[in-house]
Amino acid sequence: MALQIENVTCRRGGRLVLSDLSCQVADGEALVIRGPNGVGKSTLLRCLAGMIPIERGSVNLGDISLADRGLMQEQIVYSGHLDAVKPSLTVRQNLDFWAKILGDGGRVDAALAYFQLDGISPRPAAQCSAGQKRRLALARLMVVQRKLWLLDEPTVSLDAASSALVAAMIRDHCAGGGIALVATHIDLDLGEAAVLQMVPPTQTDPQEDAFLTGAWT
Amino acid sequence: MTAVFALIRRDVVLALRLGGGGAIGVAFFMLVVVLVPLGVGPEPGTLSRIAGGILWVAALLAALLSLDRLFQADFEDGSLDQLMLSTMALEQIVLAKSMAHWFTSGLPIVIAAPVLGAMLTLPADAIGVLVLSLVIGTPTLSLVGAVGAAITVGVRRGGLLLSILVLPLYVPTLIFGARTVEMALLDLPATPSLALTGGVTLVAAALAPFAAAAALRINLS
Repeated sequence: MALQIENVTCRRGGRLVLSDLSCQVADGEALVIRGPNGVGKSTLLRCLAGMIPIERGSVNLGDISLADRGLMQEQIVYSGHLDAVKPSLTVRQNLDFWAKILGDGGRVDAALAYFQLDGISPRPAAQCSAGQKRRLALARLMVVQRKLWLLDEPTVSLDAASSALVAAMIRDHCAGGGIALVATHIDLDLGEAAVLQMVPPTQTDPQEDAFLTGAWT
Repeated sequence: MTAVFALIRRDVVLALRLGGGGAIGVAFFMLVVVLVPLGVGPEPGTLSRIAGGILWVAALLAALLSLDRLFQADFEDGSLDQLMLSTMALEQIVLAKSMAHWFTSGLPIVIAAPVLGAMLTLPADAIGVLVLSLVIGTPTLSLVGAVGAAITVGVRRGGLLLSILVLPLYVPTLIFGARTVEMALLDLPATPSLALTGGVTLVAAALAPFAAAAALRINLS
């Protein structure tokens, strides 16, 4: 049930961002996505999460295609730049809510304990630091059991100890047969993880719209 | 279904918190209606004749106040991205959020309406019909409003654009709702216009979730 990405092309605002990108990640493996700012790491992850439509190509997780939105979205958990934390709810209420929305509502205590949030669980999230909110966002990964993890800069605003926790969590997920795609600039200790080095598309765009040429400059 | 209930519950809780805007709508509704006798004078005949229209127009405006944050708050903090990956379909999410919006904006208006109706010297049986027309008609305000909110989700100060988009679509509900109260006031059968108000709500409930979900998909990509 590996993840297969074949010739994925994606365009945003008329600009070619991903061009014929292909790669494969086997079960139990992590893939680290690297590349300079603006190269399309976040776009790739959002494409895989089904939030940005792809222009050409195919994405398959085992026998599930990205086109089967209903089936695919139950295999994926995504963590982006935004924490999706409501400041007026407590730490615990925030996680309880996402546990019910994304899964069956269980494992909240274990997730809070893992990220050392159990001590501040009755506190409104508005009073949390950026790092604590980040940990709360990442705790969401543990309250659901989903195969494919898409993590976009998961360690932003985390200290070294918390980053190590994140790396250990990703290793655990892969050891259980899961797949993780991690876009990151720092060296997360993910063992033998493969690296996808992204480069900006260089080929001239064959589908450039003559009418729009120069419209964005 | 757990997820749907959890979403409705969270939205209601957030709306009732400080800054959630839950009480603002009904407070605005009451203020507008209270201002009318000051503007048109306290003559009972005049007031009762225009009461239905005033209450319905005020309900339309009050519903608009909290609509711009319906999806925008979740869009800005990343919650909408996460909701997209939930076990619910996006159409279900729209329906759940519209229901939560009605609980915090439509329902308080329905509850406040009898007092305000009495203040505008509506007779007791017309007040009953007014409440019924609001119960049947106000869900449309949240449902159609959700489409406007989904279209303007990425627009800064989208509330202004939202009101221009949505108010014309409220016209059928306004006409049939206000007409229902007028009929009751004139001792004519109110059922036909009440049924038409309900018809508009049913059409909105059937179409709005799909339209809003489509708009959200475009705005999220």
